[in-house]
Amino acid sequence: MSVETWTYLLVGLSFALYFYIGYTARVRDTKGFYVAGRGVPPVANGAATAADWMSAASFISMAGLISVLGYDGAIYLMGWTGGYVLLALLLAPYLRKYRKFTVPDFVGDRYASTTARTLAALATIFISLVYVAGQMRGVGIVFSRFLAIDIAQGVLIGVAVVAFFAILGGMKGVTWTQAAQYTILILAYLIPGVALAYLLTGNPVPQLAFALSDISERINQIQTDLGFGEYTAPFQSKPMLDVLAITGALMVGTAGLPHVIIRFYTTPDVRSARYSAFWALVFIGLLYTTAPALAMFARYNLISTLHNKPIEQVRQIDWVAKWEQTGLLKIVDKNGDGVVQVAKGKAFQEKGGKPDFNAPDMTNPNEVYLDNDIIVLSTPEVARLAPFVIALLAAGGLAAALSTASGLLIAMSSAVAHDLYYRVFNPRAPERLRLLVGRLAMLPALAAAAYLGINPPGFVAQVVAFAFGLAASGLFPAILLGILDRRMNAQGAIAGMLVGLTFTSVMIGLMRAPQLFGAAQPVIKDFFGISAEGIGIVGMVLNLVTALVVSRLTPPPPTHIQEIVDSIRIPRGAGEALDE
Amino acid sequence: MLVATAYLSCMRSPNPLHAYWRANVRLIAVLLSVWFLTAYIISIVLAPWLNQFRLGGAPLGFWFAQQGSIYVFILLIWIYARRMDALDKQYDVHE
Repeated sequence: MSVETWTYLLVGLSFALYFYIGYTARVRDTKGFYVAGRGVPPVANGAATAADWMSAASFISMAGLISVLGYDGAIYLMGWTGGYVLLALLLAPYLRKYRKFTVPDFVGDRYASTTARTLAALATIFISLVYVAGQMRGVGIVFSRFLAIDIAQGVLIGVAVVAFFAILGGMKGVTWTQAAQYTILILAYLIPGVALAYLLTGNPVPQLAFALSDISERINQIQTDLGFGEYTAPFQSKPMLDVLAITGALMVGTAGLPHVIIRFYTTPDVRSARYSAFWALVFIGLLYTTAPALAMFARYNLISTLHNKPIEQVRQIDWVAKWEQTGLLKIVDKNGDGVVQVAKGKAFQEKGGKPDFNAPDMTNPNEVYLDNDIIVLSTPEVARLAPFVIALLAAGGLAAALSTASGLLIAMSSAVAHDLYYRVFNPRAPERLRLLVGRLAMLPALAAAAYLGINPPGFVAQVVAFAFGLAASGLFPAILLGILDRRMNAQGAIAGMLVGLTFTSVMIGLMRAPQLFGAAQPVIKDFFGISAEGIGIVGMVLNLVTALVVSRLTPPPPTHIQEIVDSIRIPRGAGEALDE
Repeated sequence: MLVATAYLSCMRSPNPLHAYWRANVRLIAVLLSVWFLTAYIISIVLAPWLNQFRLGGAPLGFWFAQQGSIYVFILLIWIYARRMDALDKQYDVHE
């Protein structure tokens, strides 16, 4: 069977599975709709969290990004896993004990403040919206690359699939489809990873091959010969301070992302919330420890396959021909010697953030353009795997994108329907109406996701820094202080959130002025050496300090609030029927 | 700093539930110190120096930054969940 037939078959089968799960997991009440009836066992919740967390970008682009950054790629590897330690130790068990539906629920109740609730709900909607645009784009790209379906059509198909199980099954439908999606995406990632590790090092376990083989020595040698720095040497793309700040901002941002936090609301008790975090990181770690191995192996393999080889001979390789057609790989013979040279620098001039294949950049000798996505996408062909593995990769990419998108849709619609509509505007709404509004709130969220997926704003990648910055500087400290500091009051928390959010937004706006507002130059390049990606950590510190100072200068919170804090610190009673 | 504040604020009370919280906060402080050392000190600040040593074939600082740190994170959460199971039972606050 051809790759295309296999792809239709596997993608079709996986979609049928999602529909089946979505239908069997349909719900009739808000508890089922928002927190899956709190009946999800830790291992399943761990798998669902892992799929929720790992986006199209983690799956398709991250390994490629790391292969370019070398050591410095660790900012993403540690930044996007280390936050789970914070979640497991500082947030998840207590938020689960509180027995509510959303993140703004906790912030609003703990500080007995509609302002705090609204601020948290708006931050949740904004963060999730930024994120979901990237997911839908990912769906469109997978469809167009593997099945030659138009991106817009691909996005609409993706939206329809998510709409089905998210509207029908709410959090319950999303949870169980995510668990299935994790299985598909991890198989799709590991099979090519294992094959490539075995091919290049003779060791089939990528993590062992990474540590034990001599491949890091070989790639360092090759990179030094070609004028790149050593692959394993730190701080070549960013100074140490910025590496520290970005890693910190991504960790804290991860722990403050609403769609991740609400996954821990679905477990039966506090203990399961802790073990869910453990399983989640085990499942995430499986991909995140494979990705850097894949990055290093694939980079080594690509350079040694292409460099100093006659162009005609290189173009006869199947995957080179195929990916050159799609623009993920491009070879240009700048010096006309008929031989490919890989070197430092860009092969082509850039136009609007994309390489212009008609305009080679003659200021450097590099003759090869490699898109980040090619590292993962080309692996099955490079490792000479059966066509069905390539098809599985398509199904895996779709699983990664759809699972994250559905988690974000739940977070957005619950912020609109539960926090803004029910808690702020209409606290008397009966259960049936609340469930209906929850379902209806999915529609504008889906429409926004589809629109942004088809017409991606040029700054999507830039705005992701925004999402992490806002989660780190706004939501994370407000929740953390609400749990750890009994004396924290509404004045302190709101002042902290405002200072943190304002500082972070202004800084990112100034540093990313060209991408966000079309300015010719960034207004400031960095903040004492910290870039836009890492600025959230400074915002978080400002938030914490402001909140602590203001709370001590204002009266303590009322007794019933302090009792809430006492009660969430005790696991017993999390499973009681008091659920709202 | 924050963990220390939370710790001090409950030092003053003899309530057994406060003793439970105090034990919890102490455990969190120990585990987060390991988390901080692994991620920021060993994997970033000391990485250039650690790279002179090798683990099998990979330079040690590089290995910690791209592999070892993630294993440590997983281990920390597991230890926390296990220790809290024991604490929950000891103070009779489990479900």
